[in-house]
Amino acid sequence: MRFVDEYRDPAAARALVSRITELAGDGHYKFMEVCGGHTHTIYRHGIEHLLPTSVELVHGPGCPVCVIPMGRIDDAVAVAQVPGVIFTSFGDMMRVPGSKGSLLGAKAQGADVRVVYSPLDALRIAAENPERLVVFFAVGFETTAPSTAATVLKARKDAVMNFSIFSNHVTIVPPLRAILESPDLRLDGFIGPGHVSTVVGQLLYRFVADEYGKPFVTAGFEPLDILQAIAMLLTQFSEGRCCVENQYTRCVSEAGNPRALAIMSEVFEVRPQFEWRGLGFIPESALKLRPQFARWDAELLFDVPGVRVPDPKACQCGEVLKGAIKPWECKVFGTACTPETPIGTCMVSSEGACAAYYNFGRLHRQVAVTMGGPR
Amino acid sequence: MCLGIPGEVVELLDSNTHLAKVDVAGVRRNINIDLLEDENVAPGDWVLIHVGFAMAKIDEAEAQRALASLQLMGQAYTDEVQAVIESQIA
Repeated sequence: MRFVDEYRDPAAARALVSRITELAGDGHYKFMEVCGGHTHTIYRHGIEHLLPTSVELVHGPGCPVCVIPMGRIDDAVAVAQVPGVIFTSFGDMMRVPGSKGSLLGAKAQGADVRVVYSPLDALRIAAENPERLVVFFAVGFETTAPSTAATVLKARKDAVMNFSIFSNHVTIVPPLRAILESPDLRLDGFIGPGHVSTVVGQLLYRFVADEYGKPFVTAGFEPLDILQAIAMLLTQFSEGRCCVENQYTRCVSEAGNPRALAIMSEVFEVRPQFEWRGLGFIPESALKLRPQFARWDAELLFDVPGVRVPDPKACQCGEVLKGAIKPWECKVFGTACTPETPIGTCMVSSEGACAAYYNFGRLHRQVAVTMGGPR
Repeated sequence: MCLGIPGEVVELLDSNTHLAKVDVAGVRRNINIDLLEDENVAPGDWVLIHVGFAMAKIDEAEAQRALASLQLMGQAYTDEVQAVIESQIA
């Protein structure tokens, strides 16, 4: 239990672990967490090594960088290579490999690719460079989509006509449903995403409990939050309840942020389907700009290849993202695929399960194994 | 990347462009508060900031706890703070 000493309140952590062990009893519970930030916390603080063997954590597709298929990266690179374009992107998309290299590779070959913190930075670059076409690589769940939407509205209001977005925004509910429908996954409950839920609220997760009979607890990012959420899930089982609960009441309300949702819906519509790495095509799971914003839609302004590119044969990101295998069970983990030489997205993104495990989890697992721990 | 980090609102700058000045880990930068327009953000309020926008209001006690737990995340947190510092939202 040595890692517990690093927690803000080790006594509380130990108490929670005792409670979890007691509640889980002789059962075996598999809980999925769907937030890259949670994956990071879990590995960084060795949470899986604190838990009894009766509780297993499985990592889900909550990393919006990780789920983008190679073909979409190729599309982004193609746009970046159009003469005169300034292609802007969040930092963690830069090294994701497409079939012909990454955005970082395109930059090295002379494309004007710039890392931005905010879509507003990209809009400012457009306003300051009226003779160039500026494109923003819009990635993220509902945490980020409202910000892209607000930026597009601002572009329209300020009449910035040399700005466009390449939308790869995805939504949280469809992959949850796809995972629940998947025959090869037997999950007992979910730890719900933190900051996505500040926008979307809690009500939309109800189908998980009501239609599929699995409990769902939204959690914050502290290790104690995650332990508490696990305790809340197990308490539901012991009391014969099944519902959506909120451990992160400090930041998440039932309704979420209605204004953010309204702005998002004013600007975006749902695509009929979208390809997710590892999960295939999921209906109504991604966002594109509404027709009245066509003028700011990079997919309409530029010729993107639009080719579907399967993952490299060695890559098992799909199975990691679905929670079917753990990072260390991937055949190329740590050998051909490392943060320096990534094959797939799970290793590139700072929130990816493989990157998190590579950077933090391996040492804890090694220590736990030598100490005679569970796994 | 999807991390929201806490910051304290120090000044409302321009209601037309929804700009506010916040203090994030001791550094002052501008962010956009359009998504919280219905919540009457005022100086002294703490907000969760993500990609240059305030996403939610949080109370100060929670903000301090969130800061502490984010700092435990190490590099991901410092990267996020660094990104805010380097942004020039106007």
